[in-house]
Amino acid sequence: MTGPTAAPSARIEWRSATVRKVIEETSSVRTLVLDVPGWPGHRAGQHVDVRLTAGDGYQAQRSYSITSAPLAPHVALTIERLDDGEVSSYLCGELAKGDVFELRGPIGGYFQWDVSDGGPLLLVAGGSGIVPLMAMLRHRSMSLPDTAARHALPARLLYSSRRWSDIIFRVELDQLVGADDTAQVTHTVTREPPPDWTGFRRRIDREMLSQIAWPPDEKPRVFICGPTPLVESAATELAALGHDPSLIKTERFGPTGTG
Amino acid sequence: MSLISRGFQGRRRPDAAGRQLPPGQYETRDFPVLSAGPTPRTPLDQWDFSVRGLDGKLARWNWEAFNALAQTRFAGDIHCVTKWSKFGTNWEGVSIDTVLESAAEQGVQSAPFVMAMADGGYTTNVPLADLVAGKAMVATTYEGAPLPPEHGGPARLLVPHLYFWKSAKWVRELRFMDADRAGFWESLGYHMYGDPWREQRYTGDP
Repeated sequence: MTGPTAAPSARIEWRSATVRKVIEETSSVRTLVLDVPGWPGHRAGQHVDVRLTAGDGYQAQRSYSITSAPLAPHVALTIERLDDGEVSSYLCGELAKGDVFELRGPIGGYFQWDVSDGGPLLLVAGGSGIVPLMAMLRHRSMSLPDTAARHALPARLLYSSRRWSDIIFRVELDQLVGADDTAQVTHTVTREPPPDWTGFRRRIDREMLSQIAWPPDEKPRVFICGPTPLVESAATELAALGHDPSLIKTERFGPTGTG
Repeated sequence: MSLISRGFQGRRRPDAAGRQLPPGQYETRDFPVLSAGPTPRTPLDQWDFSVRGLDGKLARWNWEAFNALAQTRFAGDIHCVTKWSKFGTNWEGVSIDTVLESAAEQGVQSAPFVMAMADGGYTTNVPLADLVAGKAMVATTYEGAPLPPEHGGPARLLVPHLYFWKSAKWVRELRFMDADRAGFWESLGYHMYGDPWREQRYTGDP
């Protein structure tokens, strides 16, 4: 007959997630560390669907990237509160330790990276686009404990934030670079850099990318995540610099206004 | 049975226009952009569109010839698997009925399944039945203006009754298949058919 010929796979089931811990990352971003019984494991870069149900049965769903490394003991999501966000305003507001909601996943078989995929690893983030990329950096650190292995697989992150105080995971990124000379983190702070800031203070552009990125012939695995204009521009510029488009993986989010 | 989320009220949408959202979707007024890699940009003088039969026979149009085919319009709603839906979008382009009629005149016969092939290597599978009888088009304008590259311009497939990943951006070829084979997202955990009203998001969804 005319049915799908792909091998049937199990449904990705809804599971209950209990909030173990809430970490306020910035004034508008929060990490939820979760207990998810039966969690099947994930790869760095994947996301989950979250479903909230009101008392009268009304439901809302959204997708959120996983921020924890696959080997981390608990699944964690890092969520930005959007001004008109029906779900994010609850997850970054009312929700507290001990609360329970539903999620299913992991989802997404493309925007993901494992150390076995090789490197170098080039990450470009804007705002909360850091979340799936942070999972990759954490995965790299946890999976490559010895220096020689990390040297064979260096990582660079270019991370654009509006204000210094908006930088998510700033302390952890500092610590990561401090402990690992094969990882490099470059911030650009586009609106309110600190007074003594000597780093980049403009939007990500071709010159910045050519300065940060490995040359194309080193075939870095590129992951770009952030608001659409940033992703669109960074992906286009990297392709123009000679990077193989098939090695450039993108994930875009957020309201765009480009309609 | 679903678990009640303590303190979650949610925001019911005013439904004055009687518009309905498929399960798990929310309305956006923006037009979010989603794609897996860099936006390809094919100059119009190098652009062509093909229909390929099971026997490899090709029908082919350049940009000018393609746009000379009868034009059609679609006004309605689109639904992305990432949860947003957008009401009342307006598109113009060439109906797949028209494309296949012209292809048949050039000797290319239809088959029950289609793989849409796009610039940048993207593919998606759609049954022929979901492309014909006025259900789908190759869209070249959006809201009265040429389709912008980030939204799939110069031309994208538009299959509005399925999740929007089926509406392949930068589409260049419809390739007939004798059996349904998985395209790009379909081989990465997304549903083979993708009906938003049955919430067929991922492999294994009923």
